[in-house]
Amino acid sequence: MSFWERATDYLPLLMEGVWLTLVVTFFSVILSTFLGFVWAVMAWTRIPVLVALSRGFVTIIRGIPIIVQLFYIYFVMPEIGINLTAMQAGIIGLGIAYSAYQAENFRAGIEAIDKGQIEAAHSIGMTDQLVMRRVILPQAIRIVLPPFGNTIIMILKDSSLVSTITVAELTRQGQLIAASTFDNMTVFTLVALIYLALSLPLTFLTRHLEKRYSQA
Amino acid sequence: MIQVQDIHKSFGTLQVIKGVSFDVKKGEVVCIIGPSGSGKSTILRCINGLETYQRGSILIEGAKVDPASRAITDIRTQVSMVFQRFNLFPHRTALENVMEGPVFVKKMNRAPARDEAVALLDKVGLGAKLDTYPAKLSGGQQQRVAIARALAMKPKAILFDEPTSALDPELVGEVLAVMRDIAAAGMTMVVVTHEMEFARAVADRVLFLEGGAIVEQGSPQEVLRNPQHPRTQDFLHRVIHPME
Ligand SMILES: Nc1ncnc2c1ncn2[C@@H]1O[C@H](COP(=O)(O)OP(=O)(O)OP(=O)(O)O)[C@@H](O)[C@H]1O
Ligand SMILES: [Mg+2]
Repeated sequence: MSFWERATDYLPLLMEGVWLTLVVTFFSVILSTFLGFVWAVMAWTRIPVLVALSRGFVTIIRGIPIIVQLFYIYFVMPEIGINLTAMQAGIIGLGIAYSAYQAENFRAGIEAIDKGQIEAAHSIGMTDQLVMRRVILPQAIRIVLPPFGNTIIMILKDSSLVSTITVAELTRQGQLIAASTFDNMTVFTLVALIYLALSLPLTFLTRHLEKRYSQA
Repeated sequence: MIQVQDIHKSFGTLQVIKGVSFDVKKGEVVCIIGPSGSGKSTILRCINGLETYQRGSILIEGAKVDPASRAITDIRTQVSMVFQRFNLFPHRTALENVMEGPVFVKKMNRAPARDEAVALLDKVGLGAKLDTYPAKLSGGQQQRVAIARALAMKPKAILFDEPTSALDPELVGEVLAVMRDIAAAGMTMVVVTHEMEFARAVADRVLFLEGGAIVEQGSPQEVLRNPQHPRTQDFLHRVIHPME
């Protein structure tokens, strides 16, 4: 059988994996963006308790390997009575792990806005919330977007880590097929190509954004 | 209308304001002059609640300015500020910059807010630049937009912090002309400036500040033409004869 014939045999199963990879990636991006934004805003408030909490969280999360965080959520949580499906544990684990990187990116975007504008906004009576919504965010988003694209690519690739907690996403499907067919060459070439096909559009989009916003 | 009573302010161990008191009556124009680092900006920023102070009190029509209180945003809508570096919102057009406060802080409807903003930009001579972004405006034009933005809040007073110091010399006149019009229309103004001609022509009172304290104050005639205190004499001499 040729490469292509064997590939057609494996593709339906791999595509099931692709679907779960996309689901894990999608929800991890949402969760990490939300949490990362919360950490960044907490740091921005200058309220000591919130700043300390935010910094503490981010430091802890960044200091632990993602795979250990996944194991922790999937294997340890049930022991304290929190049962999660592998899928839920994977999304929560990746979401929390990446929230630290997102927070750093958002924080940099917020800090980049000229302080004078923020004072001007305060001087016309804007509350902190309004300053955030009308002055900081619309400008920070241009700064934050290109690195955000990179983060999505990283999450897509690192979603393969959830294969270790039994989520049948692309990498795990690949492993299962390879284990039963011993056709490592075909299977992992396909897996690699599929990841590439998923990430390349994001890479180009990110480069496009970088170019566009670096001029402005 | 504005009462500054014996305020003290330090940044860490650096004492910047050492007991400053003065009143500004409704419709009065008070110019503050003084060397760099004497605390001029800090005083304006305290009046606007952008900076805290440790002792004394600042009252705007009897209401205390306290940056920690929720009422501070109310006070800020009553006292506008114009900054040395304009501080326009770069992602919004001239018109949007002026409408921002009325629409989002005062919750005015867009249509009347727009009409008022257009009228204000016309008044500062920028009726033709409504849809221009700040980056495409000269410094003088940006500062005039900033003045229109301050006026749009219909404030009881406007604080100006060296509004012409960042401008090329040929653009200073257009901004001072606008300020003179506003003063003539009865606006209460506190102006930190190095433009002695402007102070002479427009101010009702001039304060000379040095080392965080008011050294001398009085009418422009008294302070600028006939200063009593040697520090004031020295400062004015240096401003007028910078090359000596
Ligand atoms: N945020 C701050 N932290 C520490 N020190 C500050 C801060 N802001 C101002 N200062 C100090 O306070 C003093 C007064 O500053 P201020 O800006 O009020 O002076 P100024 O009279 O406006 O001077 P200039 O003419 O240069 O604008 C200066 O010594 C300055 O270094
Ligand atoms: Mg200053």
